[in-house]
Amino acid sequence: MKPAAFRYIAAASLEEALALKSEHGDEAKFLAGGQSLIPTMNFRLARPAVLIDINNIAALAGIRPSAMATRVGALTRYRFLQRDVAFARLFPLIGEALPHIAHPQIRNRGTIGGNLSHADPASELPAIALALRARFRAESRSGERWIEASDFFVGGLTTDLRPDEMLVEIELPAPRPRTGSCFMEVARRKGDYAIVGMAAMVTLDEQDQCLDVRLSLCGVGETPVDASAAAANLTGQSLTEAVIGEVAAAVRAMIEPAGSVHASADYQRHLAFVLTGRVLRTAHQRVHDGHR
Amino acid sequence: MMDIDDHDISLSVNGRSYQRRVESRMLLSDFLRHELGLAGTHVGCEHGVCGACTILLDGEPVRACLMLAVQANGRGLSTIEGLAGSKGEYHPLQQAMHDHHGLQCGYCTPGVLMTMSAFLDENPEPSEDEVREALSGNLCRCTGYQNIVDAVMAAAERMRG
Repeated sequence: MKPAAFRYIAAASLEEALALKSEHGDEAKFLAGGQSLIPTMNFRLARPAVLIDINNIAALAGIRPSAMATRVGALTRYRFLQRDVAFARLFPLIGEALPHIAHPQIRNRGTIGGNLSHADPASELPAIALALRARFRAESRSGERWIEASDFFVGGLTTDLRPDEMLVEIELPAPRPRTGSCFMEVARRKGDYAIVGMAAMVTLDEQDQCLDVRLSLCGVGETPVDASAAAANLTGQSLTEAVIGEVAAAVRAMIEPAGSVHASADYQRHLAFVLTGRVLRTAHQRVHDGHR
Repeated sequence: MMDIDDHDISLSVNGRSYQRRVESRMLLSDFLRHELGLAGTHVGCEHGVCGACTILLDGEPVRACLMLAVQANGRGLSTIEGLAGSKGEYHPLQQAMHDHHGLQCGYCTPGVLMTMSAFLDENPEPSEDEVREALSGNLCRCTGYQNIVDAVMAAAERMRG
């Protein structure tokens, strides 16, 4: 099993990488961590004519916190995020999801930008990006633009990125005060693809009524699913068991999982129902108790 | 038909320097085995699932089948051939795997040992659960893992002295 022949170019700078992509368009692929691209090439499901290695572009990696939002460079590796205690404290939802992403060897190489650009609907981070209302900065030779997470994932393994663009940075708005979050996943084995994974962000007002509730899922469709609409009526309400049951039923009804040999679509819907209750209860609890 | 895309690379493996010319599509796992003759790095699935080809890239465990040889240019690698001491004495992990019958066919063992040696460097006093978590990226079809976990726990204790 060998990749088909290609031309390999290690870009020394972002400018060089973008110029090459502009020149070669869809014929070329950026190589970041390679943990999805290389296996796809080994199977010859992908046969890029040109591989633009961006691993030497140090400016693309790292975490830049600020009061309003934290920016994470596209080349930042999962393992780097896991080791950054301050980052995990600021975004416990990501800290909780990272151990579900494959295995330590993969997390040492895989990058946040590569993951999001690959846009695997079973992957955790795209769903997390939706729950966190992340924004993505795309750059090309002709300039930059910002893309909301909700506009970024347009189809199975397909993003809004144009052939000459690179996802260079992810902006994560700082969670509001009195916010609790939770990520849970059901998979056949730890590190496997999610049968269903689910994220919740619950923000309460001073009277403990819901101010903002975000819900998203991975593994249940062609794209990550923003299920926050199922919780839209919660604003101004207390998060009681009765209300949680209604939201869970709404989530179960709104998703359209495809089912697989390992889990029927009905089972996936059932899991989404169960997980909705669990992530909402846990996130709610954590508003008061903190995230450990 | 495109011309063959060759690149000159230099890297260090187990402390020894190598210079080679490689085609860009050559996987690092194949490079180690076929070009350097270091066949201790095993190739199982070739798509990042089994962990048999795990090596250390600048000290961190990675899948050699998910990297191109050309990407190792300028880097320092460690493979199973470098784990034992200079006189051939077993690394504590190797000794513990022997003592606890942590292998049967041995195909997964090099990957397991490389993963676990880096893990114990970072976490010298792991719980059994942490060992299992760290082992999750290495498939073994013989042992049922219990003896590997026992071996790693024993090695950790011995390495703490």
